[in-house]
Amino acid sequence: MTDVSDCCGASSFSCTRCGVAPGRERGYVPAAVTEELKNTPLVEEHRALGARLVPFAGYHMPVQYAGVKKEHQAVRERAGIFDVSHMGELVLSGEHALAVVDYQVTNRVSSLDVGQAVYTVCLNDEGTILDDLIIYRLADEEVMVVCNASNHGKIAKHFAAAAEEHCEFDDRTETTALLALQGPRALAILKDAGADASLLDLGFFRLGQGQVGGVQAIVARTGYTGEDGVEIFCAATDAVTLFRALVAAGEAHGLAPTGLGARDTLRLEARLSLYGNEIDETTNPYEAGLGWTVKLKKGDFRGRDALVAIKEAGVSRKLVGFEMTARGIGRHGYPILDAAGTKVGEVTSGSPAPTLGKNIGLGYVPLEMSAIGTDIGIEIRGKTVTAVVVKTPFYKRSES
Amino acid sequence: MAHYPSELKYTKDHEWARVEDDDVVRIGITSYAVEHLGDVTLIDLPSVGTDIQAQERFGDIESVKTVSELFSPVSGEVVEVNEDLESSPEDVNEGPYEKGWLVAIKMSDPGEVARLMDAAAYEEFLTSLD
Repeated sequence: MTDVSDCCGASSFSCTRCGVAPGRERGYVPAAVTEELKNTPLVEEHRALGARLVPFAGYHMPVQYAGVKKEHQAVRERAGIFDVSHMGELVLSGEHALAVVDYQVTNRVSSLDVGQAVYTVCLNDEGTILDDLIIYRLADEEVMVVCNASNHGKIAKHFAAAAEEHCEFDDRTETTALLALQGPRALAILKDAGADASLLDLGFFRLGQGQVGGVQAIVARTGYTGEDGVEIFCAATDAVTLFRALVAAGEAHGLAPTGLGARDTLRLEARLSLYGNEIDETTNPYEAGLGWTVKLKKGDFRGRDALVAIKEAGVSRKLVGFEMTARGIGRHGYPILDAAGTKVGEVTSGSPAPTLGKNIGLGYVPLEMSAIGTDIGIEIRGKTVTAVVVKTPFYKRSES
Repeated sequence: MAHYPSELKYTKDHEWARVEDDDVVRIGITSYAVEHLGDVTLIDLPSVGTDIQAQERFGDIESVKTVSELFSPVSGEVVEVNEDLESSPEDVNEGPYEKGWLVAIKMSDPGEVARLMDAAAYEEFLTSLD
């Protein structure tokens, strides 16, 4: 057998964009990795829990424990815990820190409250996307930029250069661990793990600092699954203590350790973009459906001039969600076809949607084919399989 | 857990073959393959009557995350297809050597099966992989 999956990001867990060769050898195992891989502080915890570890963005990361479907379902129905310590944490501080970060991103940073976070993209001068980020205002003059692991080197350099002579820059990626606790039971588990009361009623995209499981942590009401939950930052040296406290507190709630595999299917159902798939340095935020993160009125920022021109000209393509209407899974890189069978775009992400029991995906199509209900074709290994453009998010949790 | 029944023959592509009559073999994928695939979600198999060649692709198997090609251990004609996999592909995860079988093939060269690995040789081969 040969793994013929098209490599990218979390879609196959061995990504060319991360410098890791895709598994194209006969026999299910990714091609040998030549680069030196790093470990998160929790690697032995993952091994003890039976995780399968794979190279991802330069780290050994757990792709699954009990199985993607079971983990996915656990997060939708109960809760899951994810080690995402591979992500980058960059802290900028000083009088001008907010202004420096604000200039590098499309969303508003200067007006964030202390204890508030915002999702944004960071552009180059051409108005295309260098990375998507969450910016956390930790204190009056301190902000944390959290970037994708696959972009860490690029983004660290970018912000270090921006900070030069204006504010302090500290890359805390190596000394910081990040756990995501997601699902309807997440807050109950956080409580049972002995979190400070102030951390239990945070608003969406709000954060607080305090004790969780005997460890000093930053807790933010953010996530990448479409469920309620929190993301918890702590010192790398405290990661095992925190992880064990959450796992122990989660036992009574049916908490499942959850890997990158389920993280990808969860975020896809919620239509959250994955860098390297939906967005990259060839896409702009308008066509990617991220125009809501662009605040042209906030003042100048990097890439603004280009965006104004793009907006005036209008986009020619758009990222849409689709559902397969015949047997097949449209995966990353597969051609999207019009009624005549001509290639008009490409799938950016596609997989079975465990919550929905359907095969879904995202991809770019020409504007005139982006209306909901439009019939499209996906070329799957030489055969055309039918699909239809549908409303996104594919999955939206019911408000409790 | 991975296991490799001693009555089966194996290939380096992680397929197994069970000789059922003099010239009919039932084939599937090994528990090693299943563990690396994860949850199987879709299997494309040839129809009855299709001629397939040893070492050549005869179908695809998809998990949530990946697509892999299926290679036949032997040459011959497909005489039976596991139709249940269409509605329950998870049979491959749950019982790769029993209910998760893929196709049965009437061999054109029954000598081919003798050239496949036995369980001990396959397990030896696996130790060279991980």
